[in-house]
Amino acid sequence: MDLEKSKLQDMYLKMLHIRRFEEKVAHFFTLGKVHGTTHLYVGEEACAVGACSALEEKDYITSTHRGHGHCISKGIDLNRMMAELLGKETGYCKGKGGSMHIADLSRGNLGANGVVGGGQAIAVGAALTLRMKKSDQVVLCFFGDGASNAGSFHEALNLAAIWKLPVIFFCENNLYGMSMPVSKSMNVRDVAEKAAAYGIPGRVVDGNNVLEVYSAVLEAREYARSSGPILLEAKTYRWLGHSKSDANVYRTREEIADWKERCPIKSFRKYLEENGVFTASELDAIERQASSDIDKAVEFAEQSPYPSMDTVCDDVYA
Amino acid sequence: MREITYAQAIKEAMCEEMRRDERVFLIGEDVGLYGGAFGVSVGMLEEFGEERVRDTPISEAAVIGAAVGAAVTGMRPVAEIMFSDFLTIGTDQLVNQAAKIRYMFGGKAKVPMVVRTPGGSGTGAAAQHSQSLEAWFCHIPGLKVVAPSTPADAKGLLKAAIRDDNPVVFFEQKLLYRKKGPVPQEDYVIPLGKADIKREGKDATIITYGRMVQACLKVAEDLAGQGIDIEVVDPRTLLPLDKGALISSAAKTGRVLIVHEAVQTGGIGGEIASVIAESEAFYYLDAPIKRLGGLDVPIPYCPELEKNVVPTEKTITEAVLKLFE
Repeated sequence: MDLEKSKLQDMYLKMLHIRRFEEKVAHFFTLGKVHGTTHLYVGEEACAVGACSALEEKDYITSTHRGHGHCISKGIDLNRMMAELLGKETGYCKGKGGSMHIADLSRGNLGANGVVGGGQAIAVGAALTLRMKKSDQVVLCFFGDGASNAGSFHEALNLAAIWKLPVIFFCENNLYGMSMPVSKSMNVRDVAEKAAAYGIPGRVVDGNNVLEVYSAVLEAREYARSSGPILLEAKTYRWLGHSKSDANVYRTREEIADWKERCPIKSFRKYLEENGVFTASELDAIERQASSDIDKAVEFAEQSPYPSMDTVCDDVYA
Repeated sequence: MREITYAQAIKEAMCEEMRRDERVFLIGEDVGLYGGAFGVSVGMLEEFGEERVRDTPISEAAVIGAAVGAAVTGMRPVAEIMFSDFLTIGTDQLVNQAAKIRYMFGGKAKVPMVVRTPGGSGTGAAAQHSQSLEAWFCHIPGLKVVAPSTPADAKGLLKAAIRDDNPVVFFEQKLLYRKKGPVPQEDYVIPLGKADIKREGKDATIITYGRMVQACLKVAEDLAGQGIDIEVVDPRTLLPLDKGALISSAAKTGRVLIVHEAVQTGGIGGEIASVIAESEAFYYLDAPIKRLGGLDVPIPYCPELEKNVVPTEKTITEAVLKLFE
């Protein structure tokens, strides 16, 4: 693929940002600094980075409960994002949204969503706005294999299909809806097969290969603008549990270890090195930068104040 | 003043707003050529075209969800849900998405949308097409809930709802659609959250909304012949409630009856009674506050049963007289 070096560097950096961010969040969890729950994205970095790198800044995304990777990939202020996870006033949602509700409308990120399948119809509505305002942007709707079995999936894909709206339905199939394996939750092999019911294209891509995801979304974007919705299914795997309460009883250590061998970050590094895009020391430098960016975000977040109780009733109404 | 029906007033409000603001559009099942299940949008397709009078498949969740997505990205959709009973199918989008987005995103987004939907019994449609579910949505901070009782209120309140930057659930009533009343031709809005005194009186207050307003006014006229002077107050907006207006009427008359068609248990009447009981009006009360809601049953089919599970002029009169015992 003929990509500018700076673009490849940005993609690699973002994948590392996600990995380091999630590691830090997991650590904070054990310390009790992040409360509630979080759904970590470790192992799936190629999906979000590949997809969002193929979008333009004004394109919209809708995200999911496992949304940290989407936010970082669409471009976000890491400081404010980390601050939100620590419930601080300087966070994206002033400390009121937390892990599952980060949004950045200024960069087209219409928000993570705590309801599985909650974002699909919203994506259709955003695409309707684009159509009515005669914009040539698109909406990319992230969702998981679990959401493809929710009723909202059917309604949203059908609506987008009959109106030929510019939506890329991007399924991150990480093989489990919480503990339910896809082999038991649906009677077709691929989520992409479901596209046939709506008369739209459905394609499977390797969700652990960032460049394959990138080029699939780039093509999908052109298709969506000219012809209407398309369903992409990225096969991937979440390394960690569904959420903090997960004891991983439904899958084997061997399976997890096998997928860790197919680490999307390691394989992208290998590609960049073997193709002479960057030297090993240049790649090391990018890695150091990623760690340092996350450390700075932590510092910013930790030094930020908690929101005052005086603000608790703000922003219920516009 | 010219008289038009409640349905025509709603259509007029939508048309005026759509002419005024190109971001406003109507979306829902059979709203186009068919003109809506109750004929509210007849003729709008011809004026505004398929893009802005948008027929949808039977997909309540996606209709409300698409309205949320369109609203967040800069449009001002009006979504019609054919019967308010079907709000149940789209409730995730209304309750978990529309109502929450602004707050959980720290005030960075707004969701200017209206969900119009007819409720109420009296059409022989039985348990799944006759409910009055407004109280459910009054329990959700982030939503506004409106229930107009007259054609003039319907027009002014709907225009206010469309211009509001928050998600508004607009409860229309099937039995009111064909009722006529005077409606100003000009552009006017009735602010949300403002009650209206439909009849002034000094001996007792009836607080009521929607189709029960006409029944209560009739009772008030009848009781006037017996020397009882009733004030009828219509909150018009149920969330936010015009607490001040309700409290001052209660303090003035010292007797309060709250009437609604929705089942009594968990109805908005309980909230209104509490607002008054917790206020300074409590000290002026000459009798306990009384509620008269629908019986705690699904709406039955048989016409005689259907008619009598919700307040009637007879049961309203009895309830008023109890305030004087």
